[in-house]
Amino acid sequence: MVDLCTTLCGIELDNPVIPASGTFGYGREFADLYDINMLGTFSFKGTTKDPRFGNPTPRIAETSSGMLNAVGLQNPGVDKVISEELPALAKVFHKPVMANVSGFSVEDYVYTCEKLDKEPQVGWLEVNISCPNVHGGGMSFGTDPKAAAEVTAAVKKVTTKPVIMKLTPNVTDIVSVATACEDAGADGISLINTLLGMRIDLKTRRPLLANNTGGLSGPAVFPVALRMVWQVAKAVKIPVVGMGGVSTAKDVIEMMMAGACAVEVGAANLVDPFACRKIIEALPAEMEKLGIERLSDIIGAAL
Amino acid sequence: MKQTTFTIEQNKELAANAYEMVLAGDTSAITRPGQFVNISLPGRYLRRPISVCDCEPGRLTLIYKVLGEGTEQMTHMHPGTELDVLTGLGNGFDTSRAGKYPLIIGGGIGIPPLYWLAKDLIGDGRIERCMNVVLGFNTASEIFFMEEFLDLGCSVTVTTVDGSYGIKGYVTTPVNELTYTEYYACGPMPMLKAVKKALTGRGQLSLEERMGCGFGACMGCSIKTKDGYKRVCKDGPVFDKEELPW
Repeated sequence: MVDLCTTLCGIELDNPVIPASGTFGYGREFADLYDINMLGTFSFKGTTKDPRFGNPTPRIAETSSGMLNAVGLQNPGVDKVISEELPALAKVFHKPVMANVSGFSVEDYVYTCEKLDKEPQVGWLEVNISCPNVHGGGMSFGTDPKAAAEVTAAVKKVTTKPVIMKLTPNVTDIVSVATACEDAGADGISLINTLLGMRIDLKTRRPLLANNTGGLSGPAVFPVALRMVWQVAKAVKIPVVGMGGVSTAKDVIEMMMAGACAVEVGAANLVDPFACRKIIEALPAEMEKLGIERLSDIIGAAL
Repeated sequence: MKQTTFTIEQNKELAANAYEMVLAGDTSAITRPGQFVNISLPGRYLRRPISVCDCEPGRLTLIYKVLGEGTEQMTHMHPGTELDVLTGLGNGFDTSRAGKYPLIIGGGIGIPPLYWLAKDLIGDGRIERCMNVVLGFNTASEIFFMEEFLDLGCSVTVTTVDGSYGIKGYVTTPVNELTYTEYYACGPMPMLKAVKKALTGRGQLSLEERMGCGFGACMGCSIKTKDGYKRVCKDGPVFDKEELPW
């Protein structure tokens, strides 16, 4: 029997597999398909202070081994998430959930985090300072170490729950942003959000996405994500959650060897709704092949 | 929703740019006309959502138009090829509201889901008169499934934009003359908008939007309705005309 357990900021997970924010809604669609209690946890849809429709459509474009999205943080707003989504979730999911929060000002982040902090099922706050698809806020906080530290420190003041800062790869020096968050009191770092990209329709000669640009995800970004997780894990002492193009049990193991104590799975859920279940089910056999008894033993093996 | 493997039985060109693919597999999750399936293609990251044209236990008919690299790839697939398919997606048409003489209006590649709808409504036995079906195409060479609707016993009116067959113009030209208890429409967005404007009675419209997942997770295909934000893939693709803000 192999051991899949891992720990994320003091909370034990049955396994390291976490569906990433924006690919799993608030869990409902997937709870209809399989028992989502088999997951380590999941990170719910990026939630903001006010309801948001997001960007005009088309919001999705295909790429080689991946996809672009420019959804633009569509969500019902924190009040409705608390009054409708979380009670519905509690009926089907019995573990701590990761609350993903986004904002357009430091005050926005504080407001939303303070509200979600009072929710008993919220285990961690994952603060998204990395959305490439909104104008003003979002990624602009994650591209500047000072602004990233400012959000971190402000959010830390209003919550007792672990704060995980979610970083953007669209920077020249990811380590400086990660260490700024750590110094400002972050309990963990998660990375990477999507890489900024675009496609053009050859017939219309116009960008495929209504937003012109979008975030690239899927297997195409895995090596970039792995490299950044490795760089950050080497530089910080706090836990690192790795994500970016993870699609298989082998990818999960590779991310953990790069220093991730847990691994988020994003785009894979959209092309195969059973992706996370399949990954979790495939992990024991992959571990046995590699002679791994306890998954937590390999965290940072490649550092 | 169900994830299953289907085997291609047949894949042939029906009309200019329109292909018919017949698949064998588990159709148990497909419950209503107007639903769609999402097909994984070798070498393509995202699935291709295609409406169900006809469905019987174990057998599925799809009609698709070649619009990009994925649908082009589909035209080269041979019988015997296995495909990973998510089935039973979307809400489908509400047939309980059809009344005694519903009207069906289809434009181009929006026509396929209306065929199973017509078959279902007629099979139901509640329709009192010969059902009116209006089909719009760009040109005569693109016409498909007219015979199939006639074989169901429908009264079919065809319009072409260039006048090369039937009535010259758009589906909105003949629909004004027809009486109906409920209309069902599927086609390109400009057609749907024109139909909704032209007809004052009750109706259901099936929308199309570029999708990521097809089952409600990614928010890629959201639209604004009078009743808030809706996902075309999960809350639709069929919407009551009263829900649509345009």
